[in-house]
Amino acid sequence: MIALLLRDLKLAFRAGGGFGLGLAFFLIVTVMVPFSVGPQSELLARIAPGVLWLGALLACLLSLDRLLALDWEDGSLDLLATAPLPLESTVTIKALAHWITTGLPLVLAAPVLGVLLNLPVQGFQWLVVSLLLGTPALSVIGTFGAALTVGLKRGGLLMSLLVMPLYVPTLIFGSEVARRGAEGMAVQTPLLLLAGISAASIALLPFASAAVLRVNLR
Amino acid sequence: MTLTVTDLGVARGGIPVLEGLSFALEPGKALILRGPNGIGKTTLLRTVAGLQPPLKGRVEGAEDQIAYAAHSDGLKPTLSVAENLTFWASVFGRNGIEQALDGFDLQGLRDRQAGALSAGQKRRLGLSRMLVTGRPIWIMDEPTVSLDVNSVAMFADAVRAHLGQGGSALIATHIDLGLEAEVLDVGPYKARPPEIDDFDGGFL
Repeated sequence: MIALLLRDLKLAFRAGGGFGLGLAFFLIVTVMVPFSVGPQSELLARIAPGVLWLGALLACLLSLDRLLALDWEDGSLDLLATAPLPLESTVTIKALAHWITTGLPLVLAAPVLGVLLNLPVQGFQWLVVSLLLGTPALSVIGTFGAALTVGLKRGGLLMSLLVMPLYVPTLIFGSEVARRGAEGMAVQTPLLLLAGISAASIALLPFASAAVLRVNLR
Repeated sequence: MTLTVTDLGVARGGIPVLEGLSFALEPGKALILRGPNGIGKTTLLRTVAGLQPPLKGRVEGAEDQIAYAAHSDGLKPTLSVAENLTFWASVFGRNGIEQALDGFDLQGLRDRQAGALSAGQKRRLGLSRMLVTGRPIWIMDEPTVSLDVNSVAMFADAVRAHLGQGGSALIATHIDLGLEAEVLDVGPYKARPPEIDDFDGGFL
C-alpha cells in the first residue's frame, strides 16, 4: 500500500504528473473574481468564503480525470487488480494520493488567496478548518466518479457532470462553515455535518468505487 | 498448486466466444494456447486471471496464485526501469529485483526512464515483472510481441527456470518457444451462436 502511495506521489511530481495544476487553477480563478465583480471590498468580503470554496472544488475536479485513466491506459490497473492488494485499498490509496497532491495544497493556499478577496480576519481559521475537513470528501467522491468513467474515451466531461451533483452537500456545508466563521457566528452545526459527510464518504465510497471498477475492468 | 478449468464458457462484450473448455495445469508444466485471431484467447486468459467472471463453468486454484501479463506492460514512462520493477515487487510484498534485471538483461538500463525504452526493451521489462511477483502460475498473453530472437530465447529460459522451480505457465502465443509444453488449440471450442427465437420479451 505504501508502495502504491509513494509511486503515485512520485508520478505526480515528475514531468507531466500534473502536480500544481489544480493549485494554479485555484489561484487564477480567485484572482479573476475581483475582475468580474469589480473592486468593491465589502462585496468581496461577503462572497469570499463561497468563492474560495467553489474555486477549491473546481480545482479538485480538474485533476480527477487522470486519477485512474492513466493506470487504465497503460494496463497497470489490470495488473493491480490481480495483485494481492484488494481493489478497495487501491482506490483508497489513489484517493489519498490525490488529496495529498491536490487537496492539501489547496487548503494551504486558501488563506493567502483569502487576503486577495478581503476575507475578514476571523474567517481565516474556519476557512482552513472547513477545507481541511471537506477536501478529503471531494477526493473520495471524485475517485468514485473516476472509477465510473474509467475506460471511456473523453470520459472527463461526463465525469464532471456525474461528480458535481455529488459535491453539492460538501459544498453547502463547507462554505457555510467558512461563511459563518467569517461573519463571527457559531459554526458548530455545519461543521459537524461537514465532518459527517467526509467520514461517511471515506468509510463507504471506496467499496462502491472498487465495485464499479471491477465491472469496468471486464 | 494445480490450476483446474472445468467446462468453462467465456464471453466478450456479452457475446459468448468459447465454451466447454476444460484443462488442468499442474506445477512444473506449461500450456500453450493457440487459435486464430478473435477466437477468445485474451478473454479466456482474463477470465482465468479473475478479471472477468466466467459465463459458466469453474476456474479453481487461480486466486492469489497467478501473475498476469497482458498486451500492455503497465509501465510508467516517467519512472526508471528499477523504480518500475521495485514498485511491482513491493506490491506483491517482495523485494530484490536483481534477479529479474539479470534474467532479462536489463542491468545496463536500470536507471533509464521507461518512457525512453524501445518497444522490445519495454516488453522485456514487462516480462521481468513476472519474476518479481513470486507467484507460481504465470498467465501470459502474446508475451513475445516485439521481442527479437535473442530476447525470445531469454524469455524461454526464464519460463523454463520458472517451471523448474515448480511453477506453471499458461501462454497464448503463435511462435514456437522451444518449450516442452502441451499445446491446446482453442479453435474447436468456439461457442455456437446463441439460438435466436422469435419471442422478444422487450415488447411485452
